[in-house]
Amino acid sequence: MSESLDTEVKTNPQGDPITSVAAPKPTEVKKDPHADAKKQRVVTPEHMFFEAKRTKEFITGSEAAKEAVRRSNVDLSIAYPITPQSETMQLIGVLYGEGYVKEYYRGEEEYGVMSAIAGASRAGVRCFTATAGPGTLRGIEPIASWPGHRLPAVCMFTCRVVNAPLAIQPDNIEVSYLLNCGMIVFHAENQQDMFDFIMKAFIISEMNDVTLPVGVCCDGFFVTHARGYVHMQEKGIKLPPREAWRGAVPVLDAENPPARLSRDAPVQKSNFMAYNIHAVWQQEVWAAVERSRKYINKFMGGLCSAENMDKADAVIIASGSAAAQSREAVRLCADKGIKVGLIKVRSLRPFPTEELRQLCKNTKLIVIPEFNYVGWLAREVATAIYGHSKAKIIAGPHVYGGQSMPVELIVDEVESGLTGKKSTNVPLSAIMGTDVDQGAVSHFMQNI
Amino acid sequence: MKTTEQKPERIIVPGPAGFHPPSAAQLGVMLPDPGQGLMYGLLEPREDAVIEEIAMKMLTNPNATLFPGPMVLWAWNDHAVEKAKAVLEIAAQIPNVLIIPMPDYRPKYPKIDHEEVINPNHPNLTIWGNKIEACIFIGVHCHYANLTLKMIRAGTNCCTSAICAEQGHEDAMLTIRDADAAKLRKVAQIFKRVRESMGLKLPENGENVRFTGTQSKVHGGKTHTNPLVFMPTPGGAAGAAAFGHKPEQMKREG
Repeated sequence: MSESLDTEVKTNPQGDPITSVAAPKPTEVKKDPHADAKKQRVVTPEHMFFEAKRTKEFITGSEAAKEAVRRSNVDLSIAYPITPQSETMQLIGVLYGEGYVKEYYRGEEEYGVMSAIAGASRAGVRCFTATAGPGTLRGIEPIASWPGHRLPAVCMFTCRVVNAPLAIQPDNIEVSYLLNCGMIVFHAENQQDMFDFIMKAFIISEMNDVTLPVGVCCDGFFVTHARGYVHMQEKGIKLPPREAWRGAVPVLDAENPPARLSRDAPVQKSNFMAYNIHAVWQQEVWAAVERSRKYINKFMGGLCSAENMDKADAVIIASGSAAAQSREAVRLCADKGIKVGLIKVRSLRPFPTEELRQLCKNTKLIVIPEFNYVGWLAREVATAIYGHSKAKIIAGPHVYGGQSMPVELIVDEVESGLTGKKSTNVPLSAIMGTDVDQGAVSHFMQNI
Repeated sequence: MKTTEQKPERIIVPGPAGFHPPSAAQLGVMLPDPGQGLMYGLLEPREDAVIEEIAMKMLTNPNATLFPGPMVLWAWNDHAVEKAKAVLEIAAQIPNVLIIPMPDYRPKYPKIDHEEVINPNHPNLTIWGNKIEACIFIGVHCHYANLTLKMIRAGTNCCTSAICAEQGHEDAMLTIRDADAAKLRKVAQIFKRVRESMGLKLPENGENVRFTGTQSKVHGGKTHTNPLVFMPTPGGAAGAAAFGHKPEQMKREG
């Protein structure tokens, strides 16, 4: 007689016998993914920018933007990622997952994103988004409406080619489209600037007498994808929240009917509207841009910075990545015995007009290298210092369509400008100032 | 040897300044720091001096008018109510003063009743219609105050003052900043002192505020009233959501 075994065989849901014994389950402790975000302490802007201890990390510009947003107490971020130009908005999504950004979603496209940012800012929350190139131009109608509606927000523009044929390479032509919107525009040189400018932009943007959007531009790829050292405050602190009740305009009341999509009625010249209402409205937007100067001076150390200016033979004026290349050109020139100063323009709107007039009043030669065809910075500089400096202005060298800028190109222009040697990269028509062919200048001005 | 100190030329003065004059910011006028004020576009380090000048203008110019804005007209919270009371205390020091509200910022269709309200889209009509030559704006959001002040300077001869809870207004001829309820009460005290120093007396029945046409109609044809009888009662914060205000936030003003 065989002995029957009544041992129970355990099976899995499919009926297969379970042959291995599972290890006893440890007591699961669910970690709150927002735990670290919840522990963040609010500190004053002054503490955040000037007193908080910083540590150095080697990160990309997109990561620098992410880290800035982490510390900026952002309520809402809306993405249309425009990959592969920048991974910034994907990284902001990570922050949302971690609880550092309160709301986050993907818009249909840039027009929708920028319109939604307008609505959110009007409703009183702190907003961040980023775009680039064609995305900037697709969104520019709502972007251009932000200042008039007095909407504080920060938008990062990681500049790239906008012209056909399609390309995703670096070129900062899109900055020229932003300069006349009425918004504040900064131009970051590197990853550190990206990190600092974004955080400071929130604070400047929301000052009552400013109440304007800020565009933080950088040269795509050179800043967004490349790594650089960034000195950052600890993750456990953040900026104070937006105090929308303190803005220059009331926030949108979306809770008490009748709700309005637009706070301000269309403004037409008529019997019920003063003839100059839109005119003074525009004046007020630009007055607010002017008022931002004192906050830029306070938090960013000035609209521009000057290096090596004492007894300089020539001065290079640059913004963004061109400033980094120019700094190296200054060093190469020094090796050749030419003393060259560098003015880095941080703020394009407002523009450092008075500062440049002072810095350039005795300058003989100004070289303005740029990452675009039209030379928008050269135009700005020439307009600002006209009648205040006798300097010869070389609007170049220019690279565009994805080219990088060899430092030697800038050095050549300094040498050509000082010696009169013919340049191989800048046409005579792009040289302004005394002792130049006025016909060529006229041709140049007409063609830009 | 003593020399006469040359005073800098006034920049922002009663107009009409022209068809479309540059804004004060374009003219280089910058907002004052705390404790300071602006007097005709020039920085005045002593805020009280600006208040005294506002009082002088309001006590001497024809048809002086107070323009209270939404932030003191509506009982958003207790602090707004306190400020409204202080505004009435200021009004109580100005003989024959008008009070014309700016209740909101929407343009008035099809036509504004310029005798009764002022609006940032056509403030010049109210100034012209009532021949106002001195005025004070209190409790208007800064953007709309700035639009209003620019337009009045362009097209009228009114001397504008702005008593601001934030940084002040460069387009006003006279402005002070950080005006919470306490500072508004201080303004009322300075007005009283200036008025008394000028020998100007208030009516014995305390009815020094002149009614507009509609105000007179709804008050049975009376021409004047005592502003202090309109002292508001403390309000709830129910309506505060509209402007995002909380009482504790507004208390932090200044």
